[in-house]
Amino acid sequence: MTFVLELLVSLLIVAGGSFLLIGSIGMVKLPDLLTRLHAPTKATTLGVGGALAASMVFFAGLEGTLSIHEVLITAFLFMTAPLSAHFIAKAHLHEHTELRDGLPPTGRPYGWSTFDAAPGPSEPDDEDERRGAHD
Amino acid sequence: MIEYALQFGFATASLALLLNLWRLLRGPALMDRVLAVDTMVINIIALIVLAGIQQRATYFFEAALLFAMFGFISTVAYCRFILRGDVIE
Repeated sequence: MTFVLELLVSLLIVAGGSFLLIGSIGMVKLPDLLTRLHAPTKATTLGVGGALAASMVFFAGLEGTLSIHEVLITAFLFMTAPLSAHFIAKAHLHEHTELRDGLPPTGRPYGWSTFDAAPGPSEPDDEDERRGAHD
Repeated sequence: MIEYALQFGFATASLALLLNLWRLLRGPALMDRVLAVDTMVINIIALIVLAGIQQRATYFFEAALLFAMFGFISTVAYCRFILRGDVIE
């Protein structure tokens, strides 16, 4: 049983380390920021998740001290990684307005969020909903 | 066996940190540098967790949690500064 747990911890550590390295290699090799953003947000988050899972199995299975810290860190990282990636992409588009020419049409009445104005409160559906909520 | 896996994990995380440092120094766009620092914080969290496994100590997790919070908050604050011209309006 101990051998199986040690094997599991080792496999999780090796997988997590590999994903960390893959994410950073992707961030160096990919051509521009909007593609570069994919590597750290997905591969690196998965890598640190692997390391945290290894730590969880190690302390719960081999040391006998079950702790909730790893779950806390994992949940925090998995919640914040997409948020920070979204913020970085939006700030990049805000800085480089020439990227607007390469964007495809949205296929909706509104344009792209950072470049065009928000749909606004003049939409009839929104107006009705708001009135309904107040009554 | 865990010792060898830990050595591999330390090596890959440190190499990943060096690659991030290269992107931080090189990065053509401003947001490349922010992204590099954000990824460095995540790699440092992985290093701290691996050190916790090696030392068999649980007090490393507070440090990891602090790094996670400050990394996220600093990234969001910088992006907000670029987007809005102010961090707290």
